[in-house]
Amino acid sequence: MNKFKLAYGFTIILIATLAAAGAAALVLKAIGADPWATFVTIFTGPFQDVFGITEILVRAVPLTLVALGIAIAFRSGIINIGAEGQMLMGILAATGMAISFPLWPKAVLLPMVILAGAVGGGLWASIAGSLRAYLGVNEILSTVMLNYIAVQFYTFFLRGPMIDPAELETGSGTPQSVRLPESAILSKLVPGTRLHTGLILALVLAVVVYFFLWHTTWGFRLRAAGAEPKAARYAGIHVERSLVTAMVLSGVFAGIAGAVEVSGVHHRAIEAISSGYGFAGIVVALFGALHPAGIIPAAVFFGLLLVGADMTQRSAGVPANMILVLQGVLILAIVSAKMYLNNAYAQERAYRLFTRLTGKSDATVKTGGQS
Amino acid sequence: MTHGFAYNVLSLGVPFSVALLLASLGEMFNQRAGVFNLGCEGIMCIGAFLGFLPAYFLKGGAMAGYGNLLGFVLAMAAGVLLGLLFALVTVTFRAEQGIAGIGLQMLGWGVAGTLFRHFIGGVTGVDGVASWAIPGLSRIPWVGGILFNHNPVVYLAFALVPASWYLLFKTPWGLKVRAAGTEPRAADSMGINVNRVRYQALMLGGAMAGMGGAYLSLCQAKMFADDLVAGRGFIAVALVYFGRWSPWGIMGGALLFSLAQSLQLAIQVGGIKFPYEFAVMLPYVLVILVLAVARKARMRGPSHLGIPYNREMRY
Repeated sequence: MNKFKLAYGFTIILIATLAAAGAAALVLKAIGADPWATFVTIFTGPFQDVFGITEILVRAVPLTLVALGIAIAFRSGIINIGAEGQMLMGILAATGMAISFPLWPKAVLLPMVILAGAVGGGLWASIAGSLRAYLGVNEILSTVMLNYIAVQFYTFFLRGPMIDPAELETGSGTPQSVRLPESAILSKLVPGTRLHTGLILALVLAVVVYFFLWHTTWGFRLRAAGAEPKAARYAGIHVERSLVTAMVLSGVFAGIAGAVEVSGVHHRAIEAISSGYGFAGIVVALFGALHPAGIIPAAVFFGLLLVGADMTQRSAGVPANMILVLQGVLILAIVSAKMYLNNAYAQERAYRLFTRLTGKSDATVKTGGQS
Repeated sequence: MTHGFAYNVLSLGVPFSVALLLASLGEMFNQRAGVFNLGCEGIMCIGAFLGFLPAYFLKGGAMAGYGNLLGFVLAMAAGVLLGLLFALVTVTFRAEQGIAGIGLQMLGWGVAGTLFRHFIGGVTGVDGVASWAIPGLSRIPWVGGILFNHNPVVYLAFALVPASWYLLFKTPWGLKVRAAGTEPRAADSMGINVNRVRYQALMLGGAMAGMGGAYLSLCQAKMFADDLVAGRGFIAVALVYFGRWSPWGIMGGALLFSLAQSLQLAIQVGGIKFPYEFAVMLPYVLVILVLAVARKARMRGPSHLGIPYNREMRY
């Protein structure tokens, strides 16, 4: 039965993925592209050279970090759609830290930059967290609104107080900050590519999140408050506080993702720097079953999709917005599939059908309790 | 046209409110039936694009006169289909509505953006729907220009407010919708097919969100751009809370928002120095404030909002 359970879950995820691919193929047909050729380009294009492969990992780093945060929030019963805005706030804080203290040695400045990013993202998320916990404001709506606000806030800083003085001198006025000092930049992991040591940080933090959520009392409290708030309250857990904590932690991870992105990849704050990682991170978290062990492969998979989509835009003229379609349908497919994944009754029926079809009889079918 | 500051703000604010009003009335039916549809934003994106498309292709041709009408029909049809999709996911598959809504929003964004880049490419204007002054009424000094000198969709949208009120509170179907969102189990025991009612409400809500989107591209902006909708779908959802699930309250909320927007525009035109970014931020800040203040209202909302109905389970 256990083997069957695994196969059952796998089949359902497969069906959901195929449904999403089918919907994406429809849109591709509508714009006159060849769906099969496009998919082949997306999935094989990035593997043609070392640079392509490292690019996948470059995208996977922020995706992993954002998704880890989102997983903490979702597990704790609060939905964070605001990673995009939290990332921007993290980038602002990290950039501010880096360009304010350019003379500090790298061993001090770099950790401070990442920390500043974490604080920026966490503070921004705390707004939505407290509004939800103490005023009952729907956190989905408030985080979405805070995204729009953060974008404006960010561009205000890039156009005004933080703009590169050189841009004002030449008069081009591109809204971007000065280049970060060398001591605030994450070193390269593979020379000649954009892959940086943020990858290691992401992997370490994934392990930390796993231990935090499943092997500490604090993590247990968060998950309990998320799974059954009423029972958690009876058990003496301060549910409101744990909602705020979860949201802040979620923002911290998005902020770190922002700091790593600016310090590892772009080396200065520019417009559109978050490039949808905040939203893609939601899909990665869901696709990775809200568990670090699932999130890492899911992030690599979506990194591949993002790089592949860029390649098809260049080679076949398929707009990279296509990836949003795929992400949207995937979310719909995954949340729909959940009903069959967690449903012991549906699973048992599938099992009976399976045994009838294969002729194997198993009189002592045992499934988990109704969830 | 030197009517003064207040006149300018009001005459701009009334047509600005329509996209919000249409989408929000639709969302009201969704939520009254117990489904929280955040995908409203995505439906509006697709509605805005599809509404724009026929007018764009027929521009200057013999059929140009039908472009706008066809656009609205297409946008509403797409809205119904997307409502149906959302119903399949949240009613039949009982998925978590908040996350599913974000999925629908991304889907809508992506589809509209992809098709826009392929079929049109850059920002191009269309003639859009011309305004039609109501004979007689529009001659009333001051008030006439504010209320009776707009495009026909504006009048239609405001006529839909009492119509929605009637549909929701005075017809058997409206009663079923309210029952499905408040006491689905009781409704079920009285022979109401809860899921079917939710499907119907979502299709109606989708059509209205699609219409709101088409209004944006055909009547308000008279062009399409990726960020045309700019969160109006989410604001529409928030307005339903603010309006306490009643058409009149929603109308008030939509007007409040659009007046804030036109006030901000008027102030900028008036030359008062204010960072542009903070002006754009304003409506979103307002949404959060409104939601925080509307806290008590939630008690009076549909009690089964956001909870999928499962006949086989006690809860």
